[in-house]
This record gives sequence, structure tokens and C-alpha cells, in this order.
Amino acid sequence: MSLLAAVNAQTLVDAVGLGAVYALMAVGIGLVFGVLRLINFAYGQLVMAGAYTLAWTSAWPGAASIAACFVVVLALSVAMERAVFRPLRTQSPAVMLVTTFAVAFLLQSVALILDIRDDTIGEPAAPLGSLNEAVSIAGVDVRKVTVAAIAAAAVALGLLALLLARTTIGLHMRAAAADFATARLLGVRADRVIGIAVLLSGVLAAIVAVILTVQTPLVAPDFALKETIVVLVGVVVGGIDRLWTATLGGFAIGFATGVINGALPTDKTVFLPSAVFALVILVLLLRPAGLFAPAGRAAVVERV
Amino acid sequence: MRRLDAWLPLLAPAALVVAVGLLATQVSRSWEISLVDALVSVAMVVAIFVFVGNSGVLSFGQISFVAVGAFAAGVLTVPLQSKAFVLADLYPVLRDHSVGNLVSLLLAAAAGGVFALLVGLPLMRLSGLAAGIATFAVLEITHNVLREWTKIGPGATTLSLVPETTGPLQATLGALAVVAVAFAYGRSRLGRMLRATREDPAAAQAAGISVHRQRLWAFTLSGALAGFAGGLLVHMLGSMTTEQVYLELTFVTLAMLVVGGIGSLWGAVVGALAVSGLDSFLARAEEGVDVGFTLDVPTGTRLVAVGALMALVLVLRPSGLTRGREPSLRRGAA
Repeated sequence: MSLLAAVNAQTLVDAVGLGAVYALMAVGIGLVFGVLRLINFAYGQLVMAGAYTLAWTSAWPGAASIAACFVVVLALSVAMERAVFRPLRTQSPAVMLVTTFAVAFLLQSVALILDIRDDTIGEPAAPLGSLNEAVSIAGVDVRKVTVAAIAAAAVALGLLALLLARTTIGLHMRAAAADFATARLLGVRADRVIGIAVLLSGVLAAIVAVILTVQTPLVAPDFALKETIVVLVGVVVGGIDRLWTATLGGFAIGFATGVINGALPTDKTVFLPSAVFALVILVLLLRPAGLFAPAGRAAVVERV
Repeated sequence: MRRLDAWLPLLAPAALVVAVGLLATQVSRSWEISLVDALVSVAMVVAIFVFVGNSGVLSFGQISFVAVGAFAAGVLTVPLQSKAFVLADLYPVLRDHSVGNLVSLLLAAAAGGVFALLVGLPLMRLSGLAAGIATFAVLEITHNVLREWTKIGPGATTLSLVPETTGPLQATLGALAVVAVAFAYGRSRLGRMLRATREDPAAAQAAGISVHRQRLWAFTLSGALAGFAGGLLVHMLGSMTTEQVYLELTFVTLAMLVVGGIGSLWGAVVGALAVSGLDSFLARAEEGVDVGFTLDVPTGTRLVAVGALMALVLVLRPSGLTRGREPSLRRGAA
């Protein structure tokens, strides 16, 4: 009862904001997984690179700084696909996942070297500070960036849904996600589909970079690392085989984190991670294909 | 010739371990620390290999068992006269008893094995990504509990005053023991049945093999070996925190296994030694090392080089340095 009482409108809005950011990351991870069957652990480092770009271009006008962030993140996404994902396309999921660990580790180390040139770890990012101011909507104080995050997520997800549902390339991507080999036989161009999925996931990473940098304006090499891990858990718990269940999983874990953090005093939350991860295990045991995946499909052992 | 070939998968890694152990007694103190560390890594990576390599199921949770073993062995060997002060919150049974080095290592193995058995009972029903995330959840829970529960350990503070008994001798013998157990398991009926489920789950089940039971055996054995390796680790370090047996160690040990070649014991040993060797060499290069000429690279290069080389090996040779094969005298034999 005390938990429910402590959940007020304020907490709910913040939780939706957090859920929106996590949902964007979940879509970015889910898009690439759909066409490549690859879990990109280095996704957080794309966000980190964008955040550093914003920090280092603090002196520039806001729009130029954000444009630079998009350029860097997109360039890095494409480079990652060319150099790492493409040669590994036929490898086992374990090899691909560990390779993205290595890439994540590499990018984090490069960031560290660039960061400690001034002998301190962490770079402040100031330019978009005004977005952190609160506005009062119907008696609830909301940071502008929370509104921006929710709006950005809604617009980005809406556009993406349109793209996937209404365009030829969207059709190709859905076909590739359903059955890559058959889609190729029917004339879907693999490199093009993968390239577009990687670009779209890069755009989402850049948007997340902007939002997270405004929320926490001190950028360090482990920026967005924790968020990536949480989102990955959410994506698998939600159901990674479909984009919408993955997105819902990302949103749900963000929303739940926001509500619990807002509602419980800190001294009561020491064993909270254990409780949350125990719940994760329980969900996976009961619904291995994902919490939101359509029920009734028993696990099939693949033959031939 | 043929008999030698059958034993080569044990002899080759064992010889490598002994060679590193002997080298550790001949070099400077700082190199000795690196080599002992490499041998403890061998023990941990081989422990992970016993489950991940033989079953083909990715687990991010094996470092939980290293952590449990390390803290069990550590807490039980802090000298009694200091323990009442530095670990005052412990349950009386832990606070008022301490054991010797060897007993602590065996208890560490037991703790890791029992914990793995309990965790594995429900979890081994999962495979693929669900198994990966569920085992990761185990790592998170273990870390959280060890960090907050001061009745069983030091909590968020540093566990210190653990006797530093893991020198070149104990590290070599410990790594050899883990390698021998892994080899024996791999050759046993159980090991062969588990590998059958890895190659073709449907055919293995049709032949009457219970996937769940075989995975559970391997998970438990892997947990016991990991607990033992954790005991070696804490006796090497002398003092440690829960952060040292958490995410970074999980990634590093898995990377060692994949770089070496996930499918063979030889790959696990080679990967562990290659990555730790490279890491300690570059750590010295940052301070300036003499290799005919003085090699001096800027600070931070080590991490970048290790990351880049790992990515490079995986892209160019995804099946690892050893291509996941055991050493063989017959050329071209898989």
C-alpha cells in the first residue's frame, strides 16, 4: 500500500520518459537483430560516441552540435557493420556476441584515451542545458527533456512503423527478419537491407545520445553502458524475435525501473536488483520466447 | 603413436601450464605476479569451458561461482584473531572458525558446485538467448547479495588479510588439477553425451539422452571448478572486493575462451594464456619495455590494443586461435 501511495503523477511521468528512452534503444538493438541475428552489445558505445561528440562541440550552436553527433554515430554504425558484422554474418550467435563485446571494450578504451588528455575522466556537456528546466503541466513538474524524450520516441517509433509497413524497403526488412535465406532467394538484396537496418539503428542511437546527454551532462567512457545492459535484458524478456515485443520489453523495464526508483526510499532498495533479476529468471522460465510473445507456440527443436 | 594421440589433448595443455609455472619461478617479481595471474585465468577459463564448450550454451553466470568460491575461501582463511574485528558482523559459525589453505580450496569448490547445482536445476531447461540472459541474472543476484549481506562476507568493503598462498607452485598445481578434471570429464560417458546434445539436440534426445540432466551435470562440475579457481584467485590477491568478480571478469574470461577457440580444452588454455600474456606485455610497454630496443607506448594503449586484437582475431578466425580443435599428431584430423 505504501508503495502505491508513493507513486504519484510525477513519478509516472518520469518513468514513462525513462521507458521511452529504453524503448528507442530496444528498437535500435531489435532492428539489427532482426536482419543479422546479432545482439549488438556495442550499441551503448555508439550512444557514448554521440555523447562525447556533443560534449566536445559544446562551444558550437546547438543544432550544429546535434548534427555533428548524428554524423559521428552514423559513420561509426556503418564502419562497425562493414568491419565487424559483415565478415561474421554466418558465425554462431556466441561468436558474434563476444565480438561485439570486444568492439565495445575497444571503443570504450579509445574514449578513455581521448578523454584523459586533460587529466580528468569525464567531459561536461553544457549546450542543451535549458532542456533540463522544469515546466509545470497540470500541477506536475516535468523536465522539458522528459517531454522531448517521450515526443521523440513517439515520433521515431511512428515513422519507423510507417516505414516498415508502407514502403518496399520496409517490406524487404520484414521479409529478411522472418526468413533471411528465403528473402534473398526472392530477390531481397541482403547488403542493402542490412545497411538500412544499421543506419536506422544508428539514427536511434544518436537520438538516445542527445536525450541522455541532456539528462546526465557528464560524459564518461562507461556512458550508456548500464542502460545497454538493462535494455538487453528487457529486450530478451519482452521477446527478441519480434520488433514490437522487444520494444515493449525495453519500455517495460525502463518504466518499472522508473516507478520503483521513484517510489521506494534508497535504504529499502539494497536487495532490489536481486528481486528484479529473480523476476527476470522467472519470466524466462515460464515464457522462454518472451513475455509478450504470442502464446501457444511450443519450442520446436530444429531438424535437418 | 595412436595412444599418444589419445592423451595429447591432456598432455599439451598440461605441458603449457607447467612451462608457464616453471617460467614464473625464474623471472622478476612483477613478471611472476603476471604469470601466476595467467595460470589462475587458465583455471577459470577451463572451468567455464567445461560447461559452455561442451554444451554449446552460452553462460554469463560462471563468474558467480568464482565469486562464491573466492569469498568462501577468503572468509574462512582470515586469521581468527583479526576476524572478530574486521568481519564482526559474520554469522558466529563463520566468525569463530578458520581453516587451512587446502581445506579452504576444497570448500570453495564445494560451495561453487552446490550453488551451481541449485541454480542449474531450473535454469538448465533454457537454451539460447534466454539461457544467456538468465545466467546473467544469476551473476547480478550473486553480486548484489555478496555486496549487501554482511553476515556472510565483507559486504561492500574490501575483504583483506587473506593468506597469499597462491604462488607459482599452487597456481600451477591448481590449473593442472582443473585441466585434468576437464579432460577426464570430456572423455567420460557424460561428457560425450553432452557433446552429442550440442551437435544435434534432436538426435541426442532420440538416442535417449536427457539434455536437461547432461547440462546440469556439466553446469555443476563447471561451478565446482569455478569455485576452486575462485579460491586460487583470492589466495593470490590477498584482498578483494565484489567488483573484481563481476562484469569485467565475466567479459574477459569469455573473451579468452572465444579467442582461444570455444570448442576445445586446448583452446581454453591457449586463449587464457595468450590474452593474459598480451595484456601484461602491453602493461609493461606502457612503462617502457626493452625488446632489443626500448618499446614505449602511450598510457591507455594496452586496453585499445587488447580490444582491437580480440576483435581482429574473432573477425579473421571466428573459431578461435586453435579453431576449436584439440592438438593432434595426425595432420588435418578434426
